[in-house]
Amino acid sequence: MALFKKKKTEFVPSGVDTTANAAITPEKDQPYALLGLKDDEYARIREILGRRPTSSELAMYSVMWSEHCSYKSSKIYLRQFGEKVTDEMKKHLMVGMGENAGVVDIGEGWAVTFKVESHNHPSYIEPFQGAATGVGGIVRDILTMGARPIAVMDQLRFGAPENPDTARVVHGVVDGISFYGNCLGLPNIGGETVFDKVYQGNPLVNALSVGALRHEDLKLAKASNPGDLVILFGARTGADGIGGVSVLASETFDSTGPSRRPAVQVGDPFAEKVLIECCLELYHAQVVAGIQDLGGAGISCATSELASNGGAGMRVQLQHVLKRDESLTPEEILMSESQERMMGIVPKKHLKAFEAIVNKWEVEYAVIGEVINEDRLYINWGEEEIVNVPPRTVAHDGPVYERPVAYPAYQDALNANNVHVAANGNGLHRHNDNGSELAAQFVQIISSPNQADKGWITDQYDRYVGGNTALAQPDDSGMVRVSEETGLGISIATDANGRYCQLDPYQGAKLALAEAYRNVAVGGAKPMAVTNCLNFGSPENPEVMWQFKQATAGLADGCLELGIPVTGGNVSFYNQTGDVAIHPTPVVGVLGVIDDVARRIPSGWQDEGHNIYLLGTTKDELDGSVWSEVVHGHLGGRPPVVDLSFEKQLAEAIAAASEQGLLASAHDLSEAGLAQAVAECSFRFNMGARIWLNEICERDGVDRTSALFSESTGRVLVSVGREDDVKFVGLCEARGIPVLRIGVTDNSGTLEIQDVAGWQLSDLRAAHKGTLAELFAN
Amino acid sequence: MKIGVVTFPGTLDDRDAQRAVRIAGATAVPLWHADANLHKVDAVVLPGGFSYGDYLRCGAIAAQAPVTEAIVKAANGGLPVLGICNGFQVLVESHLLPGGLIRNEAQHFICRDQKLRVENIDTPWTNQFELNQEITIPLKNGEGGYIATDETLKRLEGEGLVAFRYLDGNPNGSMNDIAGLRNERGNVVGLMPHPEHAVEPGFGPDTAVAMRSGIDGLKFFTSVINALVNA
Amino acid sequence: MPKIIVEVMPKEVLLDPQGKAVANSLHRTGHKDITAVRIGKRIELHFDRPVTEADVADAQKIGESFLSNAVIEDVVSVTVEDN
Repeated sequence: MALFKKKKTEFVPSGVDTTANAAITPEKDQPYALLGLKDDEYARIREILGRRPTSSELAMYSVMWSEHCSYKSSKIYLRQFGEKVTDEMKKHLMVGMGENAGVVDIGEGWAVTFKVESHNHPSYIEPFQGAATGVGGIVRDILTMGARPIAVMDQLRFGAPENPDTARVVHGVVDGISFYGNCLGLPNIGGETVFDKVYQGNPLVNALSVGALRHEDLKLAKASNPGDLVILFGARTGADGIGGVSVLASETFDSTGPSRRPAVQVGDPFAEKVLIECCLELYHAQVVAGIQDLGGAGISCATSELASNGGAGMRVQLQHVLKRDESLTPEEILMSESQERMMGIVPKKHLKAFEAIVNKWEVEYAVIGEVINEDRLYINWGEEEIVNVPPRTVAHDGPVYERPVAYPAYQDALNANNVHVAANGNGLHRHNDNGSELAAQFVQIISSPNQADKGWITDQYDRYVGGNTALAQPDDSGMVRVSEETGLGISIATDANGRYCQLDPYQGAKLALAEAYRNVAVGGAKPMAVTNCLNFGSPENPEVMWQFKQATAGLADGCLELGIPVTGGNVSFYNQTGDVAIHPTPVVGVLGVIDDVARRIPSGWQDEGHNIYLLGTTKDELDGSVWSEVVHGHLGGRPPVVDLSFEKQLAEAIAAASEQGLLASAHDLSEAGLAQAVAECSFRFNMGARIWLNEICERDGVDRTSALFSESTGRVLVSVGREDDVKFVGLCEARGIPVLRIGVTDNSGTLEIQDVAGWQLSDLRAAHKGTLAELFAN
Repeated sequence: MKIGVVTFPGTLDDRDAQRAVRIAGATAVPLWHADANLHKVDAVVLPGGFSYGDYLRCGAIAAQAPVTEAIVKAANGGLPVLGICNGFQVLVESHLLPGGLIRNEAQHFICRDQKLRVENIDTPWTNQFELNQEITIPLKNGEGGYIATDETLKRLEGEGLVAFRYLDGNPNGSMNDIAGLRNERGNVVGLMPHPEHAVEPGFGPDTAVAMRSGIDGLKFFTSVINALVNA
Repeated sequence: MPKIIVEVMPKEVLLDPQGKAVANSLHRTGHKDITAVRIGKRIELHFDRPVTEADVADAQKIGESFLSNAVIEDVVSVTVEDN
């Protein structure tokens, strides 16, 4: 290796800030505050190094100790996901939290890895590239575990639909996901789209990816064998996403030079697709010890994390990095967030084989360093040393804060203002006895932007590619086959209800978990593991920190009750405009396993003359509901009660009924309650039905408004062939699941809710389908 | 029976096309863009995707690849060639089929189950259909708008070279609702929708009978096997 | 570095959906006098030596055979830029 050989020629200093220079200029003023470091954080860096950091080191520490990379405000709460677990829960966990993504054993020698990540801020600044690179980033994360990515999903939150800026963000984000995701050959199997004015200046763009691998192919991104080569491959490094460090560049260079650095990254999905196939071939040929993706914090992150994970050190020659722009400074190269790059750790003896594979895929690469047997990360710029740090202090031993927490001043008043006392103590008006008013509310709700058909968005995504998609939007979960031999597959559902979380973040997180869990179960899969993406306001606001504390506790407690572990996640703070934070939005993803996807349960009615059963009981739970929002523009009270042990029983009953082939369809009840479920069940395959509410009202002691629109948890709507009736009802009763026949399917082309209304299905569907296109097409 | 399936960098539906070939009963042979050797295959499928990122024009760079040159030569000698979506674009760019494919009228990607009418069954890829049979297979493209000069359109219609036409709504603004074409000889067929995604019950389009049970696409592949057996 | 600029436009007789969409949008925002919009491509071929007549002829050929699709597009100009 000629990486670090001293040249015999006369030494000409390049003007970069070297470690030697740092040692003799301790008093030099450094712009650490502009880079987001606090006084005490900067002092700690000086203490770790025993001198002031060089500008390159300062760049690395500042980005790696940022909230985004270090989880400094959330760490103390995230720990409980690893603590509130039983041995039973860990049984199927091959890799837990802390790695790029968790890995779950799904049987037959297969494992899956899945993760959801936010790309919120970039997607507001430049929606198209922000969303596109969000997809790219999460897919590379999955790849680092040795898995072939098999599907993507996205969880989107936009501002009010009628606000003109919303259309800009919606078009950009949807185009970006469509452009990037479709080019990767990964089916988009579902997601969420929610509109609420609280997200106006802070849209949430979360992207989820799932990958599958054989047990023996599991890889961990670490550099542990001294002598192994450090190879950067994929796209060249350019000035992407380094707006922040220009403050450093302008220090060492004439400030008119590189200060015009863009803050956004630009994605090239073609390069990513090639990189996916190239990495999978590298793994298959067993020529890499590990691969780390370069996302936020670029080379700073990849080098320090690989070394820290492997308990080794690294020596890097930064001038060997292939650049798109020769004017990049060392600090900028370290911080660049150029997309579609990977860092491979390659044993020397495999270098030839490595080169043959990357050359086959026409992927550029450069050997930039090697692993060393020393707890040190050395980075040179030519002959000059610009970084000399213990890698752990950069990657993993960042600051940890216990931020102040305060119960929100508004909380009690918000909770007190429930649907029974709102409207000056009169309670939100209910039209229980007026069928035509109830019918109007029904149509208003199912055609409101949040409840309307999302086809205008999802039809811009490829759900077929791969040939393994068994369920996708508009089904309750997305399901893909993993083994073509046996039909073994996985399903994923994600949920979050910001309104519930605003009312009660502890309960809201549990509700999101319960809903995702139920959505997986009604598809016929067994829930196995949980991932999350926690979107919140500023952690420096004690009231936001209280929400975060409550939500993480709710999620961890919920997972313990359900017996499924959290395998990983992501935190996005600072989602706020001025002092106004978004509603806390902890997106919860549940992974399920099904031994044969051929046994999946359809989410709508397909056959005529089937009985429709409602499982579970309905309470008067309309606080925070869609009904309260769409009909009354109200938010207050307490979210629905959630009983996770019942959810578990319910999921087991669905599984048992499915195993015996008793279920023709199953659909979860959640937002907009029975009304939404009935509408979606009929739209799915264009099958009508006759529904009656009186027995729900009598048995559960609720009015018709609640029967239709209450969002009580633990409920599922199923359809059962007449020949299986007795068996099915017996099964529910034996398991203590309340079961009530509330209707029957028919092929009349109408949906009738007795004493409320009868509609032509085509009219209802047009109302449900037209909303988003009307708002956003053109 | 060996059917080659080409992979360019950026090809996405190659494994799906290989699966379709296997389900139909033939052996799928992967062909690599940089390798001009067709490995003695009896027919070739150019699958969907974004070859070379679809940069410059969809299919334009792929049309210059070594494997494509070999395919063009073999196609001119009668080798059955099916181009699906991006593969159709490659066929057009390499002048095996006339016209061009441009951005969808709606200006965005569209994925849906698409009804088609099979209007020509005198090709190795369509001989198992009935004339004017209506089929449903997935459509998923961003640049599927078929365009050609009036003169070319007249010739295509006059000579019966339109193999598939969109029904129940033109999804992308294609002239004359054209979804797919054949060449004069009949051995080269190209279409935008994806037959390889309607070959296996459980993973195809919804039908009136059961969800995702549509397998209308399988006949493309059984047709070519039939044609080769009887050749 | 000198460069040859090749400009490619969709054929006038054919639909240019991109241009049509932009024109519609301009009309909606009040630019009524713009009667049509057509969107093409500008392709730069860079050299690190002086450009010759032969290079320009070659560029014209590449433009017609590869950079454009004669079925749907025309090469409307091939020019040399020196800077």
